[in-house]
Amino acid sequence: MSEVVVNISERKRAPLARARTTSTAPLMTARGLCFDAGGQRLIDGIDLDIHPGRCTVIMGANGSGKSLLLRLLHGLLTPTKGEVNWQGHPLDPAARQQQAMVFQRPVMLRRSVAANLRFALSVRGVRGAERKRREGETTALARLDALKDKPARVLSGGEQQRLAMARALICAPRMLFLDEPTASLDPASTQAIEHMIEDARASGTTILVVTHDAGQARRLGDDLIFLHDGQVAETGPAAQVLDNPQSQAAQAWLGGRLFVPTTP
Amino acid sequence: MFRRSFFGMASAGLLALGLTGPANAHDDHIVVQSTTSTQNSGLFDHILPIFTDKTGVEVRVVAVGTGQAIKNAANGDGDVLFVHAKAAEEAFVADGHGVSRSDVMYNDFVIVGPPADPADVAGMSDATAALSRIAAAEAPFASRGDDSGTHKAELRLWAEAGVDVAAASGGWYRETGSGMGATLNTGTGMGAYIMTDRATWISFGNKGDYQIAVEGDEKMFNQYGIILVNPETHPNVKADLGQQFVDWVLSDEGQEAIASYKVDGQQLFFPNAR
Amino acid sequence: MESFSAILAEALGLILSWDADVIEIIVLSLRVTLSAVAVACMIGFPLGAMVGAFRFPLRTGVIVVMNTMMGLPPVVVGLLVYLMLSAAGPLGVLGLLYSPTAMIIAQTILVTPIVAALTRQVIEDLYNEYSEQFTSLGVGPLDRVLALLWDARYSLLTVALAGFGRAVAEVGAVIIVGGNINHVTRVMTTTIALETSKGNLQLALALGMILLTIAVIVNGLLMAIRGTAARAAYV
Repeated sequence: MSEVVVNISERKRAPLARARTTSTAPLMTARGLCFDAGGQRLIDGIDLDIHPGRCTVIMGANGSGKSLLLRLLHGLLTPTKGEVNWQGHPLDPAARQQQAMVFQRPVMLRRSVAANLRFALSVRGVRGAERKRREGETTALARLDALKDKPARVLSGGEQQRLAMARALICAPRMLFLDEPTASLDPASTQAIEHMIEDARASGTTILVVTHDAGQARRLGDDLIFLHDGQVAETGPAAQVLDNPQSQAAQAWLGGRLFVPTTP
Repeated sequence: MFRRSFFGMASAGLLALGLTGPANAHDDHIVVQSTTSTQNSGLFDHILPIFTDKTGVEVRVVAVGTGQAIKNAANGDGDVLFVHAKAAEEAFVADGHGVSRSDVMYNDFVIVGPPADPADVAGMSDATAALSRIAAAEAPFASRGDDSGTHKAELRLWAEAGVDVAAASGGWYRETGSGMGATLNTGTGMGAYIMTDRATWISFGNKGDYQIAVEGDEKMFNQYGIILVNPETHPNVKADLGQQFVDWVLSDEGQEAIASYKVDGQQLFFPNAR
Repeated sequence: MESFSAILAEALGLILSWDADVIEIIVLSLRVTLSAVAVACMIGFPLGAMVGAFRFPLRTGVIVVMNTMMGLPPVVVGLLVYLMLSAAGPLGVLGLLYSPTAMIIAQTILVTPIVAALTRQVIEDLYNEYSEQFTSLGVGPLDRVLALLWDARYSLLTVALAGFGRAVAEVGAVIIVGGNINHVTRVMTTTIALETSKGNLQLALALGMILLTIAVIVNGLLMAIRGTAARAAYV
């Protein structure tokens, strides 16, 4: 099932030998990342490495800066200080062409399901038979065949999010950013989305997902970054952080307690 | 794909509407700058078809106040000027805008008023005396105030009566700044006396209970003139067709057509071309 | 003055008698107004969309000017177009004065700012919803404008309707540049003005009712289209 999402020609760019050793060469790095808004420092000096092929989960309380961090890494926001590098080079619009993002509330164009998918392809200049092929594959993958001629905005929340996932995957991104993709979905819809995430990961897509759901973090995550007040409170293999948190903030959050730090 | 259909739709719609298609099959047409009095009285509707049937030349009338008609013609926007303000017409010719001026016809002005007749002028035939009484009684008087031929004639009469209407403007003397019909609508609505040409009054459809109060003074005769716009000053003027129209209006046939126009059995214009 | 029912009867009579002059006037009114609205949309949609979808220096100033121009007095526009098209004016050689084309030009100038300003608002609201997704997808400037225009298509119908309403009811500009010439440039509003000045108030009102009826039909048609679109959540 995984092969359908993978665009062979795209994958050829990264030689297999290199792909195996990428644990030492991160796909994406952030150094000293800061972001200010309204006179407040919302992201405060974050350093991180994202390794190819891995699924990294970002957790943290509301306002800890999860969504902001995702937007800074994807280049939707410009950092106040620090830098984001993609494959060793500063992030630019060309790099973003190899990435995709799904938002908490899916943004549906006022068109049919199929036209939403086609739009993403036409932006990348994919046309003709190739566009038709990918459209068909992705529609099947997201189980949207029966809905493909329906207006996107009359779909249920779960269907809309599946379409948003499909639209993100149709261009075969090397990296996928997910901002609480299942936050407002029921368990069945959540499972469908998680299956799509797992398929993408199995085909080699690097994933960065923000979630509030510790169960989801455990199901999907290889690595976990725990944010607190715009800083990385703790990071490590997902299972390790979830089972044995070291930081006060992570312990409090995962233990279901309120953690109010003493600010200097 | 949607782009093509979107703009295709727009441009197809535009084509269907015929954005710049010709307005009329007639290409032989002239533009006559004239006044609301001739237009609103229905005179043109009576005489122009006769001319067009005979010559095949369509006459397009722009009916505005005499002042504006003269200005439009001085810009070269028209082939013939057909108005009623002799002094201004002669100045128009003297400035090189017109070839020459000819008398065409006259009608006369009347002063209409409410049945209550607050200035007690009903039945008078001396226009200046009547205006003096209106001023003395400070009875409301509605003036065109638009620099038209009628307005100019009215101001001449006030001057002869020795009344400074500018001082009373906004008080009992009310300038509407609009055409004859609009001024009649306004004036009858406020119970004011109004000086109007007889033709417009007779064919006016909203008289209410108003009647003619003052009429018959020679000073209230209203002479119309016709002028071919000067093709030397304004090269776009269709001199041949325009001259054809001028000649016809001044001919026996044209003069008879004017005389034969009647509303409610009353002749409105009296031809006096020489 | 006659009663309202008499005016209504006169309006109905005018329509039912299928008077050639009245039909000619109605057709010319629609031709002039719809042409002006079509041209205004072809200019105003892209213009409004560009201002709505991009940030650039002096943008606020441009918006202020566009919004202000929505209130252009028709008579002023009529005079400006007259001065341009007059034989003594810079475009006099075209010989367009006192033609339907002159009326279309004047109404286009009146309607374009309305279309552009309202389009700017519609597109800006939509872009606020789409902007992150578009940036993420890497949508280029041209695709951005076209996609926003297409997705706002049913809202833009309402924008065009606002322009139609302004143009079809307007008399000050067309009477100056058209000259209200019988069978050439006489439209519904100038006829109403003329009949009013002749004191034929009930005829003027009857024509006014026909004008209103046409506006109701045009509005109804577009709202029906929009209603269908709304059920598909395309609005």
